[in-house]
Amino acid sequence: MNRILPIVLAILACVLIAAATVRTNSLAPATSPQGAVDSLLNQVTAHDLRGAYQFVSSTSNTSFEDFARDLGGSNGSLRTYSALQKFDTKVLNENDQTANVRANMSYSAAVGALYDTRDLKVVKEGSSWKVEWPVVKEPKVPPQVIPVNYLRWDIVTRGADDDWGAQNVDAPHVRIISMNAVEKDGGTIVLGEIVNEDTVPGFVSVGATLVGKDGNTLGQEESFDKISHTILPKEISPFRIDFPGVKLAQVKSVKMTPNAMLVPASADPTIGVMHQTLDKNSMGKSVLKGELVNQSGQTVNIPHVLATFYDNAGKVIWVSDGYVDHALVPQTPMAFSVPVRDDLVSQIHTYRVTVNEYSIDRKDQ
Amino acid sequence: MKRISVIASLALVFAGSAFGADLSVPEKVTAGQSLTINGAPSGTLYLFGPNTAMKKKVDGGSVEIEGANLKAAGRYTVTIGGDSATFFVVYDKAANIAFLARPSRVPAAAPGVVSGTAFVFDQFNNLVLQPTQVKFNLAVEGAPPVTREATSKDGVAYVKLDSGRRSGSAQFVASAEGASVKRVVQQVASDPCSLRMKASRGANGNIVVETDPVRDCAGNSVPDGTIVTFTSVDSKGRSTIDARIKKDVAKAEFPPSDSAQLTVAAGVVMGNEIHWGGGR
Repeated sequence: MNRILPIVLAILACVLIAAATVRTNSLAPATSPQGAVDSLLNQVTAHDLRGAYQFVSSTSNTSFEDFARDLGGSNGSLRTYSALQKFDTKVLNENDQTANVRANMSYSAAVGALYDTRDLKVVKEGSSWKVEWPVVKEPKVPPQVIPVNYLRWDIVTRGADDDWGAQNVDAPHVRIISMNAVEKDGGTIVLGEIVNEDTVPGFVSVGATLVGKDGNTLGQEESFDKISHTILPKEISPFRIDFPGVKLAQVKSVKMTPNAMLVPASADPTIGVMHQTLDKNSMGKSVLKGELVNQSGQTVNIPHVLATFYDNAGKVIWVSDGYVDHALVPQTPMAFSVPVRDDLVSQIHTYRVTVNEYSIDRKDQ
Repeated sequence: MKRISVIASLALVFAGSAFGADLSVPEKVTAGQSLTINGAPSGTLYLFGPNTAMKKKVDGGSVEIEGANLKAAGRYTVTIGGDSATFFVVYDKAANIAFLARPSRVPAAAPGVVSGTAFVFDQFNNLVLQPTQVKFNLAVEGAPPVTREATSKDGVAYVKLDSGRRSGSAQFVASAEGASVKRVVQQVASDPCSLRMKASRGANGNIVVETDPVRDCAGNSVPDGTIVTFTSVDSKGRSTIDARIKKDVAKAEFPPSDSAQLTVAAGVVMGNEIHWGGGR
């Protein structure tokens, strides 16, 4: 008996060690189209792009570098600061040799969740399925000099040794030119536009206080990132302030507080917003899409698109925004799309798109 | 501890001085000028007033208090032995000005938008309460200056001026009796008066839009960096470019189009419309 127990324990230990060593091979060839996409995206989720690339079909004509750049981002874009968090896949159609699989991907990023939907073609290569992962080749801008001689605004502020009468430079004059309060999903949303009426740039924010019918404050919020914070002279920015859980019927009045601060700024880059159209995405949802063109010579790392929608009376009825997860390289169009409320599409008469930009190399933004 | 003992001594001295004789001092002394007490007894001199508390031994007869101890205007008390007196130190002539100019930036050719407030002080920064002529001068290079004179009341003079028609850095100067202080008031162009653009075909087929020189109604150039929004609407959708004014002109390029409606705006000011292509 004394000998049997150690032998049993030794056998048990060996079994456990073997069980721990043996694991399912996540890089095993995919036996179904959906399995191929799942395996690829699982490797991406695990940050194993080399492993993910094993599921990419050679017919994609995509190099590993392009594949890694597409999924991992480049040029300090938002994609470089994000990670694939979760995904779901759905087979759209399938036969013996090819299939189409829709992948809905959700990335976590510093600015919140980013969503991407791709309809992927999956092909059978031998006994396994592989994914065609086409990558849009970024056109190379030929070496050239792009003259950028837009002005900068620098500020000389009041010094400690100035006499007490020496005034500081005034903050820029800004004005809210329109405001509208709407209700959505049981919450109140304050929308509008603010203009910099001055001749100097301003860092602006808009605050709103909802006052109830009994005179009490129902909520106080700021526009956060639903605004262009740095606005140049005569520039108009939309703003949107969300009050989740406060019904519009409870609100008696709204107190708006525009704040402006004089900041050093640069007048470049200029970003053109081309070919804006209201359309449906692959999920059948309404979107406003178009192309951004960075007309300067410096890469814009993280573009942020703000869209303002107006009814036929010119009233702001919605403000929507979206981050573009690819950097804007000079002179190269980059597609964007921002969501539009399906229930409002019929009321939208016109719209206006502005672009916030964040550039790593620019110190004054 | 030393300070407490001086204060306690002063309290005792002034309690005693209620029963003592008066010293012979003038009723008023100008700030910074010395004071002579004639026929003073010998003993310890105590002096206190605004910003001042001093103690020294004197031999009697003619005693001088140096002007350095009499800089701040106000009521002073002096005691020597059991004798005491009070006198006033009054402001000297105007020598300094504290000048508040508001705002730092104004639109050109706007009435009553520039205000200047001057506080008149003597060399020791005592407010000069005597009415003093203060001259205010607002001048921008290349334009005749605007000058106003105001008489201070209780040490303060105030004016309100129109901004000049010409934009630029205006020198706003307040001066009184040789003292002067300069502030800078930036006179800036107002909203564009009329915004007009023209369109032409670029070398690569793009539509090049360019404004005429953008000026306000007084003829001042709208500053560089001001946003001018060009919009093109064609069959491919709407395209917008927020161009910056550079050397009076804003310019942008749209992709080629057979037929497009082009508009321009700066802030809330709308410009002309151009129908590009088609029947043009």
